Amino acid sequence: MGETTFGQADELIGGARRIRAALGPAALANRPALEKRYPEIFGGSRARRAATIGVFVGLLAGLILAIHVLDFSFERIWTGLGQLAHFATLMVPPSPDTWPRFWLFVHALGETLAIAFLGTLIAAILAFPFGFLAARNIVPARVFQLLTRRFLDTIRGVDVLIWALIWINVVGLGPFAGVLAIMTSDFGSFGKLFSEAIETVDQKPVEGVTSTGGSSLDKVRFAVLPQILPVIAGQVLYFFESNVRSATIIGIVGAGGIGLHLSEAIRTLEWQQVSFLVLMILVAVAVIDQISARIRFAVIGERRVEA
Amino acid sequence: MPTTISRLSDDRLAPLARDYADAMRMRRNQTLIGAGVLLVTIVAAGFVAEVDLAKFFGHIDSVGSYLDRLVHFDGGDYAGQIVLSHPGEWMWGLKRWGRLLLETIMMAYAGTLLGALGGFVFSFFAARNLARSPRTRWIAARFLEFCRTVPDLVFALIFVYAFGLGAMPGVLAIAIHTQGALGKLFTEVVENADMRPVEGTTAAGASWTQTIRFAILPQILSNFASYTLLRFEVNVRGAAVMGFVGAGGIGVDLMEAIRKFYYADVSAMLVLIIATVMAIDYLTEMLRHRLIGGRTA
Repeated sequence: MGETTFGQADELIGGARRIRAALGPAALANRPALEKRYPEIFGGSRARRAATIGVFVGLLAGLILAIHVLDFSFERIWTGLGQLAHFATLMVPPSPDTWPRFWLFVHALGETLAIAFLGTLIAAILAFPFGFLAARNIVPARVFQLLTRRFLDTIRGVDVLIWALIWINVVGLGPFAGVLAIMTSDFGSFGKLFSEAIETVDQKPVEGVTSTGGSSLDKVRFAVLPQILPVIAGQVLYFFESNVRSATIIGIVGAGGIGLHLSEAIRTLEWQQVSFLVLMILVAVAVIDQISARIRFAVIGERRVEA
Repeated sequence: MPTTISRLSDDRLAPLARDYADAMRMRRNQTLIGAGVLLVTIVAAGFVAEVDLAKFFGHIDSVGSYLDRLVHFDGGDYAGQIVLSHPGEWMWGLKRWGRLLLETIMMAYAGTLLGALGGFVFSFFAARNLARSPRTRWIAARFLEFCRTVPDLVFALIFVYAFGLGAMPGVLAIAIHTQGALGKLFTEVVENADMRPVEGTTAAGASWTQTIRFAILPQILSNFASYTLLRFEVNVRGAAVMGFVGAGGIGVDLMEAIRKFYYADVSAMLVLIIATVMAIDYLTEMLRHRLIGGRTA
């Protein structure tokens, strides 16, 4: 079906237009009769259309209100766009300025990748037992499950940057605070995702292990784990990809990585360095995405990761 | 009828057993190599990220004391008491924080809607089945990728210099990042749309915009709305930290409280943020279920 492209369709349109010119007026003239014959199509669509338009008007009114309250003005937008254009001209050509600075940036990028890698991995290891505790089919106590879920939700409700600021107060400035921040914020998400993966396992292998006299630990090891490990691996890799992006910004609050240099370059208005750093991030993210997608493909096949 | 399983003779069983052992050994070796590579990567990453376990475990009690200080008043009339014992005193800034939270939600709302509109427009140019030409498709796809990959906070940092401090640069930063993220999802939805209605409208002589309006839009609108709601949740969390770079919302006050060690204020604002985020998650979840009728998006 996907072969119909507009290039081919354009050739047909000439003919279609002639047919339409002949058919259109006839159908329009016949409209009252058609409306009488198919009241459900014409009548129903009108009520739906009113509802749709109502929703859109409401959304738009909200947007206008928000823009008004948040102090938007055309003058500000206009001068701001002028400034942005000015910055953009200062950004070319992207350059790290000096070689030592280039190597500094490369090291910071490595730091960012390390933060994302370690943070994701530790979060996954810590969340693994929690996933079992929060899963309905492993721990049947409803109250317990509710408590773990709320706990995980609370952790998830706090942004990674807030965690970074808090960890900086504990272990000081530097990439280690970044690792801990990513770990904490992912712990909440992983716990929830893992427990969902565990809850959707096929019960038949579990029954099989039970029928051969396996203990509950045997059930987890031989019936549940083989089913959930590929799913979990996919999710961990997917989070690693997105954490490379988050790890670039936690440096802005002082938790290590390339974000520190980026915010410094912006604050000191070194626009050529800014564009160079952004390019570095773009390239790094693209490369990591490629590698991670390939590993994910090898581990779980081309399955969609629910995140 | 009872079934019996006869055992193969030893000389026929031996090669089978050997093959099995070989296969298992190969798998085990692969696992070992994988684990080795992982371990080396972990050590290298730990080295680069300056992981200092001695320092961490030396400071581990300060995690406890930090949490402890978060839930106690650190000064004033009630110094040392648990914050919940005097909720009025704990939430002394409720009026200001409530207003800032409202501003945060509005930032997320405006940013999400503007971004969704942008993503909506670009998705039709970037979708394989509707693209006008390979060149415009390439440009639209790369542009969305750029918007998506640069974190919203980086846009906010730059915009704060261009537009001045306040909520406006925050909204624009959220909008641009959302445009990239939603644009990609929308593109996938459009590419998965049923093409038969498109053939129908094309046969009836519809233009490109008419085709989108009458053949594509009815199929995809509920999916678009569902994704946009999901993104709104994400953006509320994002808008709460926009203030860290001076781009409006509750983040400005939160960062100040964390930096200046006003522990009770930090916990009060965190509780308010978490409650807001949970309430919004709950509301959007309800709306999404009504929209897509139990299907998962």
